[in-house]
Amino acid sequence: MCLSIPGKVIEIKGDTADVSVGGTIVKVGMQMVDRVKEGDFVLVHAGFALQKINEKEALETLKLFREMNE
Amino acid sequence: MKFIDEYRNSEIVMDLVKKIKTISQKEISLMEVCGGHTMAIHRFGIPSLLPNNIKLISGPGCPVCVSGIEFIDKAIALSGKKNVIITTYGDLIRVRGSKSSLEKEKSKDADIRIVYSTLEALEIAKHNQDKKVVFLGIGFETTAPATAVAIQKAYEDNISNFYLLTAHKIMPPVMQALLNEKVKIHGFICPGHVSAITGSKIYEFIPEKYKIACVVTGFEPIDIMQSVYMLTKQIHDKDPKVEIQYSRAVTKDGNTKAQEIMNEVFETRDDIWRGIGEIPNSGLKLRKKYKDLDAELVFDIQIEQVKEHSACICGQILRGQKSPKDCKLFGKVCSPDNPIGACMVSSEGACQAFYKYRKYE
Ligand code: SF4
Repeated sequence: MCLSIPGKVIEIKGDTADVSVGGTIVKVGMQMVDRVKEGDFVLVHAGFALQKINEKEALETLKLFREMNE
Repeated sequence: MKFIDEYRNSEIVMDLVKKIKTISQKEISLMEVCGGHTMAIHRFGIPSLLPNNIKLISGPGCPVCVSGIEFIDKAIALSGKKNVIITTYGDLIRVRGSKSSLEKEKSKDADIRIVYSTLEALEIAKHNQDKKVVFLGIGFETTAPATAVAIQKAYEDNISNFYLLTAHKIMPPVMQALLNEKVKIHGFICPGHVSAITGSKIYEFIPEKYKIACVVTGFEPIDIMQSVYMLTKQIHDKDPKVEIQYSRAVTKDGNTKAQEIMNEVFETRDDIWRGIGEIPNSGLKLRKKYKDLDAELVFDIQIEQVKEHSACICGQILRGQKSPKDCKLFGKVCSPDNPIGACMVSSEGACQAFYKYRKYE
């Protein structure tokens, strides 16, 4: 129930958007998010985009892990 | 999938485990208060990877579990009324109330439909003007805004046959209630997707007032291990604060737009948490403006008082005082097919997660 999955915004159509979640296209409500562009990643939860995923932060965290590993 | 495989790299996980071992040998108890974390922790076998001195406890993080038998009984009572369509997320349908479940009622002809989102429920209302469509609103700050969007839309578009039966709840009051009861924990693994909406600022009272460590955490193995590392470090350094591990989705202030929508539609009320009891200002009800959409006010719903099974120790499990394996009923009488208590009700519940993945323990 609390699970949300990252998906890529394919096409924005007014207050909904087609979002690709693991290869499947789902219709997602965009009422809660601002300034999301096609190509951005969003967290999808119960048919809504909850939040834009900050790619820079995601990559940064991973980079930290890799450095730590070296 | 993007940012999923990367966050499952087992080498990095094992490296984090090594680092955690070097920080502290002291007994440390960490509580997760999100059902998604409970599932992930068991699914990835995190407890068996951690050093013995670190214990993870599943708190009251499963919305289906804590919502109580009365809510299901009310939904069933509504489903028996003439011309009523019940719409709900799939999680709820198999949950047993005191006598039946929505699934059973459905097989007996009640019009109960599973929806993927609140907007789908609204569509059903639009296409069935001669029926009354009730949506069962359940979940924490993650799902409450989705319900709020539908309520606003129904109101604006004058959809007069859409109603909400709400069991929505919010997280900070229950965390505070546990701390006030002096539950023995050293840190919280704070929910990731609740925080994507609320921001990490809602937890600030916890280190300030109770000196308990907090890390907002993602749902992949690396996320969880890194959080355990961060929490262990805070606890060892005696420097409790709120940190965000899940920075790709969570900021300090969260999603302010979603917060505004939620606040416009809902106000808090005292609410009962199954297995825990009543907690002040921990539930959400519709504001006066939306009273005509409030199923509780519009319909006459009659249910009987019900008692929990006396041997169920779910309340103590949610408080971190006992583990599912301490329960006499666990696995024998109580199982996912026949849940006796709150913690076995959904796949996010502590007892069910333990039941399903216990091969790792
Ligand atoms: S196993 Fe069942 S009866 Fe026992 S504590 Fe868990 S939910 Fe309650």
